Amino acid sequence: MKSGSLSIEAVSRVFPGVHGGAPTRALEPTTLSVAPNDFITILGPSGCGKSTLLRIVAGLDSPTSGRVLLDGRAVTRPGADRGMVFQSYTLFPWLNVFENIAFGLNERGVPEAERNAIVESYVDKVGLRGFERHWPKQLSGGMQQRTAIARALANDPEILLLDEPFGALDNQTRSLMQELLLGIWERERKTVLFVTHDIEEAIFMASRVLVMSARPGRIKADIAVDLPYPRHYTVKTTPEFSALKARLTEEIRAEAVLAATEH
Amino acid sequence: MPRPLAPIPNTQRVLLGVSFFVLFVACWALATLGGFVSKIFLADPITMVQNGWELLTKFGFARDIGMTVWRVVGGFTLAALVAVPLGILMGAYKPVEAFFEPFVSFARYLPASAFIPLLILWAGLGETQKLLVIFIGSVFQIVLMVAVAVGATRRDLVEAAYTLGAGDQGVVRRVLIPANAPEIAEILRLVLGWAWTYVIVAELIGSSEGIGHMIIESQSLMATGQIIFGIIVIGLIGLISDFLFKALNRGLFPWRLA
Repeated sequence: MKSGSLSIEAVSRVFPGVHGGAPTRALEPTTLSVAPNDFITILGPSGCGKSTLLRIVAGLDSPTSGRVLLDGRAVTRPGADRGMVFQSYTLFPWLNVFENIAFGLNERGVPEAERNAIVESYVDKVGLRGFERHWPKQLSGGMQQRTAIARALANDPEILLLDEPFGALDNQTRSLMQELLLGIWERERKTVLFVTHDIEEAIFMASRVLVMSARPGRIKADIAVDLPYPRHYTVKTTPEFSALKARLTEEIRAEAVLAATEH
Repeated sequence: MPRPLAPIPNTQRVLLGVSFFVLFVACWALATLGGFVSKIFLADPITMVQNGWELLTKFGFARDIGMTVWRVVGGFTLAALVAVPLGILMGAYKPVEAFFEPFVSFARYLPASAFIPLLILWAGLGETQKLLVIFIGSVFQIVLMVAVAVGATRRDLVEAAYTLGAGDQGVVRRVLIPANAPEIAEILRLVLGWAWTYVIVAELIGSSEGIGHMIIESQSLMATGQIIFGIIVIGLIGLISDFLFKALNRGLFPWRLA
């Protein structure tokens, strides 16, 4: 039975030193449990190990200690049950939008008729109708990331992992993308782990915000966001939102100062 | 003066390209027809064209051209059939690379032309020997260049494929190969150009047909016009094959130009 409950048990990551240097403690032993259908954002300054944590959940990196369980099964390698959207544009340049979205389904041998129906539905959900035959090169950054989200969701993963997916987009596009992703999540409900360094982005979508400290990375605050869903972009101007923002700004600022003085 | 990297219109590019050919022939004509260089050492353009016409109409030079093209295509195709899969395997799997790479790097520097005496001993003067020269000259280059290209595949594309449920073989077949197909085609185009130099060397020694054979015969007759005609024919065939390769790549990989 699919549910998407994630359990991170004392996961740490130490990168060996380069050229005999001291090893880097990227992630202190971290324990975290995520309920099914939660939308969790992980907020932290750059170099706090938030991407490392996400990559370990994805199975793209191995923890130095501890383990990750998804629905009780240990994660050892990447798999279709954990969809991922990267910050860099990772659409396959030799496949058009339709074929990119179909990649995972093809890999799993989903019958053609079923596959096409799924792809078509996601083309609509991310608003790319009319662009199915375009090459990634012909798309704007926002459209590429929409395709990447559709590609990950078309696989029907139990959990969706996003590593600063809107980091390279301009502010307006970024807001629209947040609304789009939130809209899809509100309709389909899926467990989401979303890494970002943008405070507003973290609050707007999340049911729970985790604040990570600077190197060595660890979770220093776990804050529930009680704003009701479905959320409209106007929620960003409410006093509740502002209060959360003020609180998170304080939390993050201390870390940013620490990270900046470290070098 | 144009600004650095500023593009130019298409017509201007063609015009500039053609004008250098014209300049080149003009200098050549001036040097020879103007009497600055002795006819014995360098034929003038008009004599060259006349000699070329005679070669084609009276001496069956077309057959020589056909033989040479066949040898290049044959030897090169054999080399590509071996080298491209091996290069992909080496790029994808590090143990395979560690096993072959040092030897291939060494073999790459063995001059193909130095193998000709040995190959004549082993394979005689027939077609096998000619094909082998081209094969040896091309195969190691292709292996190494393909391995480097595949090894440099964008890691984030590979990771994306894994998170979409691709297995190890799926990553090779559906990411590493399509991602590098245009690069591999480009490598083949480049090495095909080198294969042309090997075939001529092979034909200079112990051959009874081919462009190289005609060139060495012409030398004993001091027919510099024929030699130059032969060289220009090789250049033209190279230009045509290059053009065909580029057109084919455009057709096969439209996503690159989008």
